[in-house]
Amino acid sequence: MKLLQNIGLSLFLTGLAIFISLIFLGKYKVSSELFEQTISNKNIKSELFITDMNSNVVGKQFTNPFSFSLAITSALKNANTIHKQRSEWNKVIWEKPHSFSYQLAKNAGTGLVKENKGLFWLLTFGLGIVGALLFVIPTVITLGPKGIKNNGVFLSAATNRGWIGWLVFIFLVSFYLLLYFAPDYIVNWTYIVDPISQQLSGHLASQWFLYGFLYCTVMTVMAVRMYIKYRHNKYQILRTTSVLFFQIVFAFLIPEILVRFEKPWYDFKNAFPLDYDFFFKWNLDELISSGGFGLFILVWGIVLTLVIVPVMVYFFGKRWYCSWVCGCGGLAETLGDPYRQLSNKTLKVWKFERWIVHGVFVFALLMTGLTLYSYFTGTQETLGIKTQTIQDVYGFLIGAVFAGVIGTGFYPIFGNRVWCRFGCPLAAYLGIVQRFKSRFRITTNGGQCISCGNCSTYCEQGIDVRAYAQKGENIVRASCVGCGICAAVCPRGVLKLENGPEKGRINPTEILLGNDIDLLKLVNEK
Amino acid sequence: MEHIVIIGNGISGITAARHIRKLSDKQITIISGESEFFFSRTALMYVYMGHLKFEHTQPYEPWFWKKNNISLKKGWVSNIDTSSKKLTCSNGETVTYDKLIIATGSKPNKFGWPGQDLKGVMGMYHKQDLENLEKYAPNNKVCKRAVIVGGGLIGIELAEMLHSRNIPVTFLVREDSFWDGILPKEESAMVNREIRDHHIDLRLGVNLKEIIADKNGKVKSIIIAETGEEIECDVVGLTAGVSPNIDVVKNSGIEINRGVKVNRFLETNIKDIYAIGDCAEQNEAIDQRRPIEAVWYTGRMMGETVAQTICDNKIEYKPGHWFNSAKFFEIEYQTYGWVWAQPKEHEARFYWEHTNGKKCIHLNYDKNTRQFIGINNFGIRMRHEFFDKVLNEKRSIEHVLEHLADANFDPEFYTLHESEILAKFNKENNTSIQLKKKNWKRIFSV
Repeated sequence: MKLLQNIGLSLFLTGLAIFISLIFLGKYKVSSELFEQTISNKNIKSELFITDMNSNVVGKQFTNPFSFSLAITSALKNANTIHKQRSEWNKVIWEKPHSFSYQLAKNAGTGLVKENKGLFWLLTFGLGIVGALLFVIPTVITLGPKGIKNNGVFLSAATNRGWIGWLVFIFLVSFYLLLYFAPDYIVNWTYIVDPISQQLSGHLASQWFLYGFLYCTVMTVMAVRMYIKYRHNKYQILRTTSVLFFQIVFAFLIPEILVRFEKPWYDFKNAFPLDYDFFFKWNLDELISSGGFGLFILVWGIVLTLVIVPVMVYFFGKRWYCSWVCGCGGLAETLGDPYRQLSNKTLKVWKFERWIVHGVFVFALLMTGLTLYSYFTGTQETLGIKTQTIQDVYGFLIGAVFAGVIGTGFYPIFGNRVWCRFGCPLAAYLGIVQRFKSRFRITTNGGQCISCGNCSTYCEQGIDVRAYAQKGENIVRASCVGCGICAAVCPRGVLKLENGPEKGRINPTEILLGNDIDLLKLVNEK
Repeated sequence: MEHIVIIGNGISGITAARHIRKLSDKQITIISGESEFFFSRTALMYVYMGHLKFEHTQPYEPWFWKKNNISLKKGWVSNIDTSSKKLTCSNGETVTYDKLIIATGSKPNKFGWPGQDLKGVMGMYHKQDLENLEKYAPNNKVCKRAVIVGGGLIGIELAEMLHSRNIPVTFLVREDSFWDGILPKEESAMVNREIRDHHIDLRLGVNLKEIIADKNGKVKSIIIAETGEEIECDVVGLTAGVSPNIDVVKNSGIEINRGVKVNRFLETNIKDIYAIGDCAEQNEAIDQRRPIEAVWYTGRMMGETVAQTICDNKIEYKPGHWFNSAKFFEIEYQTYGWVWAQPKEHEARFYWEHTNGKKCIHLNYDKNTRQFIGINNFGIRMRHEFFDKVLNEKRSIEHVLEHLADANFDPEFYTLHESEILAKFNKENNTSIQLKKKNWKRIFSV
């Protein structure tokens, strides 16, 4: 068993090493045809840029993506600087330099990877999947009889912020930085999923397709781990299946297939304000221009946020979304499960959390308000604030840095729900409903708590569950995503997630059940 | 301002302090030599197993004590002078009190076995025991085998701890079946199986004769009394029960027996001195309880109660219906009301066990009046409030069975066994009790 796991680990690490090394492979050469085509497609009027490109890039061969990217992005930036100085606004190229460079690189790249997409898929994804499964599946036996298996969690360098944790942290953060800010460096990665993308949508893979595919793959493999670890617990099995289904079908397959039928790419479960650009002009324009189907999406998106989401939270708590449906939650509950114990439980951080998560929510609402105001009035600026600027700031700070780089990159350091807990505006909205108008609670079983602290420690949202349980009090908290792990790890059967009558849901107690009945009455009914 | 001093920062002492603070602004000092802050003793096992770090076992953040104006003092009390109301610590410091609460807890039993104080021999009770275990049994290379002596809750926990680090364990249990003084034979047999399923070398009906030292004064092996067999080991865990930790009280004039003797108001024979928790011994046992109850829950209840008395609402310690819980490797155990190991004269029993052998319930009721007396549930969680109410209202066994769906506390989507349980009962008793559907109104109408 141990041998099998070691083989698995080596295969996985080999796959990972090949995957990383792919970045440095391949050659890039922009032909004059390709460049002409790009100029006309993008309607580029900057003669400075064209001249610069023609003398420094076109027809030249680059042997790595970095120098290629540098040549293009600096040509673009230099041209833009001069045009801006001269106020030649129609000549400025507004596209992000790295996206521009990415599109050229995607077409200009040549070499081993592009010529052997299938082979390299096998050497990266293939080895990774097989290796990971070989590592995970033997735990059916090595973990022993089914039950809670957290042995050694705080003794391992991977799950207790040791050197492995820090390495994973560096890898994840770098990955997200490349994905969001330098996609032209990872063109090779997109080649290996081109065949799959073409099957689904008929298009070559973008970096977002790569991300979506990788996301589904990682979730699936780590879901196998969840199935094994929590095989005694049906709630966990069903919940894992549900998030996996919604990720693969709703967030990945359906949108890609929609594109194949020339419909807008849309994830039907992604609710505003998590889907923060739903009301952006380009999206509204696209939806409205794609006929009945586009209008349906528009109505669905609004109904989802205003009706379905709060009504479901009333009946089932925010868990129905955050830990049964949501993609961010899905990754957190699969890839992130080994890190859940790293969330901070102090009161100080809880206070910080409330400010920041509601702050992001307000920011999202203000930005959307401004966006819609601009949309209907046609104005670009309100009170001296450019709508475009505030959208860009939100997209950069919240959409990319918070949700991606910090949200997932920091799993091995701050636990697996960093984004959901501190940043997600939808979670803030659901949380307000859950706290004030919902049937959901975690019931505390009378006086059975022994204050051991497993519930609090394994709460990914950093809720000090024990603080409630040891007082015999139900847990009703805005941030609870209802993952059910507190109830699972409790050694004394104290916690149960349930939806019941609102009356008595919040039940502060002083004296716990089991003591003198008269004393209970005297103190608790005061 | 009145100064309340509490010796011991376990669940009893801390609960008393918290409640006194809620009720008054008296000066409160808690003295402990074991640890700086209150921690959950029952969670120590999870630290060794790597589920938690020690800091996770502390239910309150360090700022809590200052914020609530409860002073914590680290030190061992060595003398109590009841006439001048003065405590002396082992470092010579003194503390005066107006009222004193003794909440010193328990210590592991040692029965004078030869070699019981050797290096590598330890109990599993104090924080220091944990540190000791980490030293002598960090892994299965340093500790090639451990022997545990005494089959109670701490013994099986220690077995689970060592097992989590793949250390082979021999488990010596004096009784013929695990914990059979408390558990009926069916449940006891289930736990035996669970222990053996985890590859623990369980030896039933045997006693320790002696512990043998190597040349460095460290344990080398043990000898079993009955068979004379010698078992080589690097660690010996002594877990043959606990008894009140009352050395500090001896010679103070405070009346003791096995524990510190208290009346129903938790008062000792000396005015303004109280004793609560594991170290307290009731003059007269309450109902069917034992005079000394070394249980987390009772410690907490005594803390809740004595705080009232100290804050001028003199109230008897009157615990409600008995309940308890434990976990035997993967099998959770809860009990509400009384289910004795042996049925009493007027009692009838009903036992159901799942075919997987890891779940069961055992119901105890009055043969004649049909009144429900208690339940043991293994591998199935039950609602405390449900059974507390049933016991208060003196409901019948039929009532309990009918409402078993209300009682269930397992996580959502778990397979339920109520209809199977009822079918078995009906068949054995020639009854036709029908299961009622789970009903939120009933569940929450406490």
